Parts: sequence; C-alpha cells; structure tokens
Amino acid sequence: MDKLQKIGVPLAAIVAFLALWEFIVWANGWPNYVMASPSDLPAAYARFWEMFLVMGWQTLWRTIAGLLIAVVVGLLLGMVMGFSKIARDALYPLLVGFNAIPKATLVPVLALLFIGQHDFNTVLMAFLISFFPIAVSVGIGLSTLEPEYRDILRALGASKVTIFRKIALPKTLPEFFGALKVSVTLAFIGTNLVEIVSPHGRGLGALFKSGETNGDYPLMFAVLIALAFLGIVLYYAVVALERIFAGWAERPAS
Amino acid sequence: MENLIEIKGVTHAYKTKHGPLPVLDNLEINVPEGEFCAVVGPSGCGKSTLTRLVAGLMKPDQGEVWLHGERVTSPRKTVGMAFQNPVMLEWRTILENVMLPLEIVDTGMTRPEREGRARHLLEMVGLKGFEGKRPSELSGGMRQRASLCRAIVHSPDVLIMDEPFGALDNFTREDLWQTMRDLRGKENFTCVLITHDLRESVFLGDQVIVLSGRPARTQFVLDVDLPADRTIDVLYEPKAVDMLHLLRDQIRIAQGRDGEVH
Repeated sequence: MDKLQKIGVPLAAIVAFLALWEFIVWANGWPNYVMASPSDLPAAYARFWEMFLVMGWQTLWRTIAGLLIAVVVGLLLGMVMGFSKIARDALYPLLVGFNAIPKATLVPVLALLFIGQHDFNTVLMAFLISFFPIAVSVGIGLSTLEPEYRDILRALGASKVTIFRKIALPKTLPEFFGALKVSVTLAFIGTNLVEIVSPHGRGLGALFKSGETNGDYPLMFAVLIALAFLGIVLYYAVVALERIFAGWAERPAS
Repeated sequence: MENLIEIKGVTHAYKTKHGPLPVLDNLEINVPEGEFCAVVGPSGCGKSTLTRLVAGLMKPDQGEVWLHGERVTSPRKTVGMAFQNPVMLEWRTILENVMLPLEIVDTGMTRPEREGRARHLLEMVGLKGFEGKRPSELSGGMRQRASLCRAIVHSPDVLIMDEPFGALDNFTREDLWQTMRDLRGKENFTCVLITHDLRESVFLGDQVIVLSGRPARTQFVLDVDLPADRTIDVLYEPKAVDMLHLLRDQIRIAQGRDGEVH
C-alpha cells in the first residue's frame, strides 16, 4: 500500500500534467507547428527512436562526467573552505562572482579555448555550472561542525585526518547530497547549453536544434520530455545513493 | 594516596576584541587516584576551560597540569570525556558509537573483545537491547548513558565530564547519578565532574571544589564524608543538608552576593 502510494502518486501527477497540457492545446485549437501536444510525442519518438537512444546517451554520459568532476572539485573546495577561514574569505567572493556569470557567455570562450573538443567542452560546462552548490554546502557543513564532535576524538589524540574521516565527512553527507540534487539538474542545463549553442553539437541538445531548424515541434517537445526524463532518472539515482550513505539522517515521517 | 590529577597554579586568559579576558587565576586542584572531584561555581567562571586543560585540548598561559606524574601538554589517550551534549554520531548505531574510542586508542583488544567490552558497558548502564538502535531513536537520558559508556570504554585513568546531566529532567538526572555511582564501583577511573547542581556534587563527589567568580580561583574545598554506596535518600539527611547549605553560601560568596539577605 505504502509502495503503491510512493509510485502511484507521482505517476498520477505526471498523467494529470500531460492531460492538462493536452487539454490546453486542444482548447486553444493550436496546430502542432505552434505548440505540440503530448499526443504528438509518441509519433516523434517512434520516428527518431535511434537518435533518441544515441543522443540521449551522449547527453547522459557527459552530464554524469561533468557531475563527477564537480563532486571531486566541489568536495575539495568545500574542505579547504571548511577548514580554513582564510581560504573561506578568499574564495567566497570569487566563487559567488563566478557563479553569477551567465554560463551561456562562457560557451564561445570555451569553444575558442578548446576548438573542436566538443565532448571536453560539454563536460567542462556541466562541471562549471554544477560545482558551486557542492562546494558551498560542504564548506558550511564542515565549518559549522560543533566543537564537541571534534573534541571527543581530539581528546584521544586522533589526527586531523582521522577526525575528518570518522566525523566531519559523514556528518556533512546530508548537506552534500542535498547540494548534489541541485547540481544534477544544473549539470543537465550545462550539457544542453553547449549542445544547443555549438554548431555541429551532439546529444539531445543538438537533436532539439535540428527539430527547430526543420520546424518539427513534436520532435522539439519530445526532446524536452526526454531531457526531463533523464533528469528525473539521475535525480533518483542520487536519492538512492543518499539512502545508502546518509539514510541515517532521514527522520521517520510523522 | 598519590594525586592522579594535579593542577598547579594554572592561570589562563582568552584573547578577545576588548583585550585579554582572564578566566582562571592561580587555580590549585588535587585529585587523588580513584577519587571523584566535583567542581561547582557561578556560570561563566571558566569551568569548561578547566576540562579542556585537563584533557590536554589547550595549554594554560601559566601553571601546569599533571596527570599520573606526567605533565599534560597535548591530548592523552588515557582520558575520557563526556559533555552536556551527548555528541552521538547519528550515522552509527549505539554500539558503534560506544566503540568509537577503541578505533582510535590501541588497547590491544581484538574486534570481538572490543565489541564485548562495549556491550558489557551498555548493559551496565541499562541499555541492553538498544545496541543496534540509532541515537535518534533514543531519549536524551539514554543517549547520555551511551555517551558515558563511550567515555570510559577504553578504560581511561581520568574521566572528565562537563555538565553531563545538565540538559536532563530531574528524575532522569537522579537515575543517571545512580548509574554513575554504580559505574564507579566497577570501573577504575579518577573523575572530574563540572556541574552547577549542588545536590549532584554532594551525591557523586568525594570532594567538592567551589570556584570563585571569573577569573576562577579555588575558593573552597569540601570533603564529602558520606558512604561510598550512598543513595539519593542520603541527600535528605541532616549531614548532607548541612553540606548543601555550606556550598550554597560559598556559591553566594563566589557570585559576590555575600551581603545579600537570603
């Protein structure tokens, strides 16, 4: 019953959303070159299914690669900022400033810097757009560690590394996963930005662009839905990891 | 008897924006081996600083702290600590929490021996059956019991407690006093207890040290000559009541309110 509700409720919400979408298109009498409706999508998937698989995979692996780099760099930056006040004071304005820059403006910069390295550029953008929340939340998690937590191990003569491994790191995991959930969707935005803006791009972004060029609205919307689907899949993959590694932080629902 | 803990002329000040803030002033405390020393004093008088000094977590500006005839200059593995906050690691079970110090301090025990030791202590404090639970599933009093087990699991010479029962309700607190008394009968440690509860200090202490207001000096030392296996009822007998009155007066002096009508 509980399980049924867990899957049934979100599924019902999705169906309701699609029905509403279909209804609005129908009620306004929009033809599918103005606005595609959900019922146009199966045909688009059927026609281009091979493209969806190939390009969906390209988008997915590059997003995940960017995300993995963001995790490593975000953790490192977070650790540096969490343990050193000087590093925190020095890095915060830089990071906030960098994060405020619209990433679309970086696409031509990257394209010139690494000409023709499409995969590399895409992964890099996914990383650049998604490391910030991880760095900030890990930094805050570590710097707000209550002194008693450190003291119970320090009083036994434990090294800094041991204290980090046994206390600081696990204690920061819930914050880390919270940030990772935000980063997942950001990374998709980064990947697609490059895929759509670069000429001769690959991935679902490029498929979207070819739909646009050919005025194929159902294809464009089919791409958007596929992207949303991938985002949801990756998000729940993170949720599953969170359950495994930070499940202790979850309070029973009351 | 040999003094296990010796605090000799310890003076310490914290650096603040408004200049140095002296917290300890020429403090003298001696605790013989196996004794239980309760330290009371007005709030903010530097009691917590004292625990950090004895634990070797910080060094005093002047004076020396000696444990077991060795000068303390850095943390030592022979110290156990418990705080008002039980500081449970939420991602570990109660048993794993108690075993934490054994992962740091090499006691030469095998893994089953370490687990056995932790289970034994948990049983002594009445937490048998809760070994596999998460800290969030336990009440505040139970978490504090587990915290006590963790503080002594590696058989430290010295147990330092900083208001460990301060956040508990009265009845739970009295339960824990008795648990503490029972633990002392079975485990060998010399104890420093920081508290602001005079009844607690008389019930648990072999000596009660009253610190003056900031900066703290040793203002008064009370020898508690009550039987070692005392019960809560002892606190209501004239001898203990007299001690409580005496301590109350000393605290009033420490607060600088000696002349007030009470």
